[in-house]
Amino acid sequence: MDTLNILLIGFISIVIVKNLVLTKFLGICPYLGVSGRIDMAFGMGMAVTFVVTLSGTLTWMIDHWVLMKFGLGVTRYVCFILVIAGAVQLVEMYVRKFFPFLYKSFGIFLPLITTNCAILGLCLFINLWGIDNLLEAVVLSFGAGIGFTMAICIMAGIRENLNLADVPECLKGAPITLITAGLLTLAFMGFAGMIR
Amino acid sequence: MPGEKQATTELYKRTLVAGLWNENPVFRLLLGMCPTLAVTAAVKPAFTMGLSVIFVLVCSNIVVSFMRNLLKPHLRILMFTLTIATFVTIADLFLRAFQPRMSEVLGPYVPLIIVNCIIICRAETCASKNNLIVSIIDALGMGVGFTLTLCVLAGVREILSTGAIWEIPILPAGFVPWAAMRMPVGAFITLGLLLALVNAVTKRKT
Repeated sequence: MDTLNILLIGFISIVIVKNLVLTKFLGICPYLGVSGRIDMAFGMGMAVTFVVTLSGTLTWMIDHWVLMKFGLGVTRYVCFILVIAGAVQLVEMYVRKFFPFLYKSFGIFLPLITTNCAILGLCLFINLWGIDNLLEAVVLSFGAGIGFTMAICIMAGIRENLNLADVPECLKGAPITLITAGLLTLAFMGFAGMIR
Repeated sequence: MPGEKQATTELYKRTLVAGLWNENPVFRLLLGMCPTLAVTAAVKPAFTMGLSVIFVLVCSNIVVSFMRNLLKPHLRILMFTLTIATFVTIADLFLRAFQPRMSEVLGPYVPLIIVNCIIICRAETCASKNNLIVSIIDALGMGVGFTLTLCVLAGVREILSTGAIWEIPILPAGFVPWAAMRMPVGAFITLGLLLALVNAVTKRKT
């Protein structure tokens, strides 16, 4: 019961209170780039969720069972990025085989998940927060993916409506998106301090 | 031939200047947003970040330019990231040893240079196609452009949030600091308004 409580609180905190996109600025590139349409945003979110869960778990295992045991902490970043690149390759092959339509609409963004800061960022944060429990690491990674999906879908929803609005000429495109993101973070700041 | 030499110098100059304004990584290409937003609460960490990015960018461009003929298309990105990760590890260890306080402030955003799109983008579009000198100049131009942008953004935010620049107070004592500028909100909105300003200026010019 106690473990379950910790896991549940950890999950909610990473989805809402410590949302990687809105409070840690991770994964901003796809957040601004792919949030034009809600279905694409959702697809991107799902792909990221899958990759982040896989790589968060794997990097935790490698970090704790190999690197820390043999004192190889120096090679941590190289190992992490290798794991992430491998996981992305896997997802890319899977999507190309089974969802060719989705694959076409993602275009360049799919291989770019490798360089999505949210994924490496989460692996580093798990290391930084000193999570020493595999189950907790898995839940946090999955929560991070869900948080990313939520943030990008909210953004896509707002931007679809923004297309109808009368935005000043020089604010069109990225500037108004950034300002909208700023207001969103302001809203999410209301959750700060809710947990711990 | 003098004409040819002149053309080469012209190319170098154009490459260098491109990074500063025409292809400024943050304002024009919208690359490297994550560190741009995260470390610009004050000028000092922003400047340190900029220097680390210049170091990594130059080193990785040199290595990628050397091995550009050996690259296999499907392993390209992997080779780039591994090269970059190596240099980022060096930069991180260096900061931890000689600038421990700065390293603590920057936290995980130093290792996150690995996934900074600017560096991969330069490796892909410039270093893997051009010779050594052009790659180095391109890296320097892009890196300096990135650092300047970071410092401008950090300057605006630091003045408004604390009334100081580089921790030296410059605004009169009656100034009420805007706490919001230190938070994520300040980062997003300042960058949005700066981008709008850049758009407006370029539009007037043409």
